[in-house]
Amino acid sequence: MKRLFTKVATAGALALAVGVGPAQADEPIRIGVLATLEGVFAGPGQDGVRGFEMAIDEFGGQVAGRDIRVYRASSDASPDSALRAARRLVESDNVDILIGPLSGAEGIAVKNYAHEQPQVTFLNGSSAAQQTTLENPAENFYRFSTEGVQWQAGLGTYVIEEKGYERVAILAEDYAFPYAQIKGFMTEFCAAGGTVAEKMFVPLETRDYSSVIARMPRDIDAIYVVMGGSDILNFLEQYQQMGGQAPLIGGSISVDQTILSAEGPTRDYLIGTPTSGPIADDWEDERWRAFQDRYREMFPDGLPSPGLFAHAYYVNTLAALTALEEVGGDLSDGHAAFREALNNLELETPTGVISVDHNRQAVADIFITEVASDGEGGLYNRVVGIREGVNQTLGFPEEEFLANGFAERDNPPVEDCQ
Amino acid sequence: MASVIEETPRESDGVLARLVRPVRWYHLVIALVLLVFPFVSTGFWTVQIAAQTFILGTIALSLMLLAGYGGMVSLSQLTIAGLAGYMVAVFGGASGGLGMFWPPIVAIPLAILIATAFATLVGALSVRTEGIYTIMITLAVGMAFYFFVLQNREIFNAFNGFAGLRPPPVLGINWRQPEYFYFLSLTVAAFGYFLVLYLSRAPFGLALQAVRDNPRRMRALGFNIQAHRIAAHALAGFIAALGGVLMVWLNTQISPGSVGLGPLISILIIAILGGILHPIGPFIGALIFVLLDNFAMQLIGGDRFNTVIGLMFLLIVLFSPDGVLGLWKMARERLKASKKPSADW
Repeated sequence: MKRLFTKVATAGALALAVGVGPAQADEPIRIGVLATLEGVFAGPGQDGVRGFEMAIDEFGGQVAGRDIRVYRASSDASPDSALRAARRLVESDNVDILIGPLSGAEGIAVKNYAHEQPQVTFLNGSSAAQQTTLENPAENFYRFSTEGVQWQAGLGTYVIEEKGYERVAILAEDYAFPYAQIKGFMTEFCAAGGTVAEKMFVPLETRDYSSVIARMPRDIDAIYVVMGGSDILNFLEQYQQMGGQAPLIGGSISVDQTILSAEGPTRDYLIGTPTSGPIADDWEDERWRAFQDRYREMFPDGLPSPGLFAHAYYVNTLAALTALEEVGGDLSDGHAAFREALNNLELETPTGVISVDHNRQAVADIFITEVASDGEGGLYNRVVGIREGVNQTLGFPEEEFLANGFAERDNPPVEDCQ
Repeated sequence: MASVIEETPRESDGVLARLVRPVRWYHLVIALVLLVFPFVSTGFWTVQIAAQTFILGTIALSLMLLAGYGGMVSLSQLTIAGLAGYMVAVFGGASGGLGMFWPPIVAIPLAILIATAFATLVGALSVRTEGIYTIMITLAVGMAFYFFVLQNREIFNAFNGFAGLRPPPVLGINWRQPEYFYFLSLTVAAFGYFLVLYLSRAPFGLALQAVRDNPRRMRALGFNIQAHRIAAHALAGFIAALGGVLMVWLNTQISPGSVGLGPLISILIIAILGGILHPIGPFIGALIFVLLDNFAMQLIGGDRFNTVIGLMFLLIVLFSPDGVLGLWKMARERLKASKKPSADW
């Protein structure tokens, strides 16, 4: 790893001074990685880069006999900064392949930019907005990771069949990611006979939830909460103080490890909360265990277990390298052979086989989990089911799935589910 | 503080002579470099580095005008620019069918007008305060605007903001082309630069500087100091709005992140870094800022690139409270001291 770092530094300095011509067969392959290393998402960004490095390391820093030269760029999670960083990687560092970015709005910005740079192949990092690959998709933008709608596949059916929650209220932060998650949840939940009493949105970083809690319908079996970080903790604390007792159903980031490890009275309340997502920390599977062990070995200072971001960057980088290996590092003819290989790739990953559809969007397995106590005061997400081969339209024909347009605040409408 | 009047034009001179006398050889060199630059560099350097420098420099220039000549440090200059950008999106239309899709000839002037009006309002609010209180109140305005656009869906489309914003094709030219966009930004930056330069010597500018140095005496002389300060805010707002319109075209999008605390502070850093004693300062500051922002990561790699940026800023400010301009001035004085003093300076 040390050598890789020094390589990066010198390569960067060289790239400043030397103009670079078209890639030759004996030249190194230039890969750019774009992650959020500043601001509130700096932690997830670092984890994403860890995933990226794991994939590079797996190939020993070489692919098809050609060296890999890595270029790094950082954003601060705003689309502006992602675009700036992508431009630098593509137009100044002349990368062949760009991997990134981290968050939803950034992904849409980079996809739009991909249209302007057809000579570069883009692979997603961990961004998970629906539109990135569904609205005006770019021929050269691939996403081997799943997105916010897909992440909730299987959850709706599970809560009805296993938990017996038939009527829920929805409470979510007011931006694109929760809209997508709600779309994923409601699509299945309503088809399986569930009803939604009300949909409520709160602005990001809301501190006071009393009005929302007062408006919460009484005749519900559970609250489906799509919030993250301090928002869900604040809500839970106030909800409990005001005597609320309805169990929760979580969005993919609502009961992740950061929430489960938070101290306070909320902990016990979370036990039994079902959710679903692209990974499950405690999945008893050899491939996943091996991946976890390698992560811990490579990054003793990293998280206790590779997060969603590390996984997404890993999977996308792995796809790029595997396809490059398949075509012998051939990037001629506008990456024609390479992209053909990506299109047909059946990628073996720690979370199962992943391939892409006609929009170059991943079809992958989704894990349904439930918060459980480990008996020593800690909480973890226990795997209770796996939904295999989830595609971007959750198995519906694209036209039917998009009949009301993309996931939005009012789409799917509550009226269709009452 | 710098001397207000560097050269006194002699009454007997013609207009042309007065215009030409301050021009030195290095002015010509800089002008030549600026004109030739887009033809010898790549699109990345033309747009990402140069055009961005002009745009950030223009916004920081508005702060320089307020802080340097008016003695009012306003943190809300980027907010003004952001408002102009948002208005371009709202009136001119954005992707996804958002906005009104009015013709650009209406939308863009309207955007600049609204932002200027808002700046005047902020000015009226903040001129009653001095020093650190001005900073606080403008910071509050900036943060209020940030949270407002973050949470308002009806007008500002909340967290998602607006995407797909491109300069309208005027005269059949695609202004997204690197060279065209470069010259568009350069024109706006030069306009702002010469406007501020002119102001510094015009009666209004002189009065403003006098208000900065001794408000009591100016009031006693019969000047309306509040009105002067508000007018300065309006003018600075106009310049910031111009920069804001270009900013959304450069980024092709605007969202709350574009007007958050980070970018707000960046503008202050740019102005301080370059120096607020002369309108060229913000542009020098912007150039350093943009270069560091783009390349610090390649110099050091890994996670510590922000430390490099921070250290650079610290060093510059430590050794020269007047920013890079101050360094230049020090160097010139050293040089002068070692040579025979010339009548020129």
